[in-house]
Amino acid sequence: MSAKISVKDLKKSFDTDQGPLPVVNGVSFDVADGEFVAIVGPSGCGKSTLMSVIAGFDRPDQGSVTVDGADGRGPSSKGILISQHGSVFPWLTVQQNLMFGLNGRASSEKAQLADHYAAIVGLKGFEKSYPHELSGGMLKRVELARALVVKPEILYMDEPFSALDALMSLRMRKELLRILEVERHTVVLITHDVEEALQLADRIFVLSVRPTKIQATFEVSFAHPRKLSSPEVQDIKEAILRELGV
Amino acid sequence: MRRAAIRKFKQSVPAAAVIALLIAVWWLAVVATHSAIFPTPGQVVTGTVELARDGTLWGDIGASLMRVSVGFLLAAAIAVPLGLWMGWVHGAFLTLNPVFQILRPISPIAWIPMAILWFGVGNASPIFLIFMSSVFPMVVQTTAGVHTIERRYLRAAENFGVSRSTLFRQVIIPAVLPQIIVGMRIGLGVAWLVVVAAEMIALRSGLGYLIIDSRNAGNRYDLVIGGMVIIGLIGLLLDGVMRLMEGLKIVRWRYVR
Repeated sequence: MSAKISVKDLKKSFDTDQGPLPVVNGVSFDVADGEFVAIVGPSGCGKSTLMSVIAGFDRPDQGSVTVDGADGRGPSSKGILISQHGSVFPWLTVQQNLMFGLNGRASSEKAQLADHYAAIVGLKGFEKSYPHELSGGMLKRVELARALVVKPEILYMDEPFSALDALMSLRMRKELLRILEVERHTVVLITHDVEEALQLADRIFVLSVRPTKIQATFEVSFAHPRKLSSPEVQDIKEAILRELGV
Repeated sequence: MRRAAIRKFKQSVPAAAVIALLIAVWWLAVVATHSAIFPTPGQVVTGTVELARDGTLWGDIGASLMRVSVGFLLAAAIAVPLGLWMGWVHGAFLTLNPVFQILRPISPIAWIPMAILWFGVGNASPIFLIFMSSVFPMVVQTTAGVHTIERRYLRAAENFGVSRSTLFRQVIIPAVLPQIIVGMRIGLGVAWLVVVAAEMIALRSGLGYLIIDSRNAGNRYDLVIGGMVIIGLIGLLLDGVMRLMEGLKIVRWRYVR
């Protein structure tokens, strides 16, 4: 099986006044097509830096990231990044946001596609609203729909739901699973929430403290929807928490 | 709706009271000192109404507004694209910013001799002065606006791989627009200050000329003060028009939360 995303011996450091500060120290993993991997790690360990490099926004100092066997030079609409603080444009309406990434199509077709995806994420009736008129959870849905509408093959999610309240975060996980069942994206999720990883991912990588590397890998092969309280899931959760030192 | 109107009315009561008090103090002071030159508020109103009746006032207001409009619009037409360019292209910023930072603190009034030398005493001089006064604040605000666009929005645009024109039309310009409006408010405010000053020196029409001419032509201080009050009111009106732009749907996001 050839990998969708292949990360090889990735290293990245930042220049500081005290000299280079190594942040990512040799991370390697493969992600299969349609697979959902979660990366968990202690806060400040370099998760976001790692994601930035994987998604193509930053160049690694060493190592490589290939998507479909080709060196992923820079970001593209093949893989859309969804981050914690979101990047829904506040000056565009929901519909205009969703149409943003649809290059070179007739505008009626764009609007139709946008409205279709707005409906999928439960934003029907809010197409003409501006982001500041929406709640945090709805904003996340806009972000998700804006990514989905360009039919990306990969979703890079960097703590996507951690700015939401606990209830909304749970609801968004369910929504995401429902959408993935239909659209079958490859997903790389970065999170500090072990339960979120357990609920969503097929495989979980646990990162070490900075400079970070993969410290342990867990297969999570339970069928969806998962019951987090089941003893098997709890066992993995405890093992992951032990790796994280808590 | 009705309640909002009542609340608004209540809110404006203290300000109106202060203005009424000032007028009352002015009136009493003139009456108490038996001043022969300094007019009472009533005389100012009578004099101004007289000017309005014979049409001079409207001519002066029109002349001043025309000069401000031309100078300000020319400045905006140059400052906004220039500011966007300087904000986006770092080399342009490094090259031009020092020059602008040196020119910016020079009072537009200091340019008056140059203006007369280059453009004579016609309309071109005050238009040039207004241009000089409003172009720099608008360049600076626009440039700063581009520099402070949040990275996450630029990343999103990069991620979706949109064309350069989409990037400018749908991300950069709308992101900077609130700052551009601030720049335009400042620019127009300075422009209005400057037009009056410029007209005092070089011209035979406009509100600045009205003030100087009223003083020279027989100490008509009622018209001097009338002119000042009208300048203040029109300045307020111009700012109000600019503030209406803050209510545009496309910039509302900046003023909520």
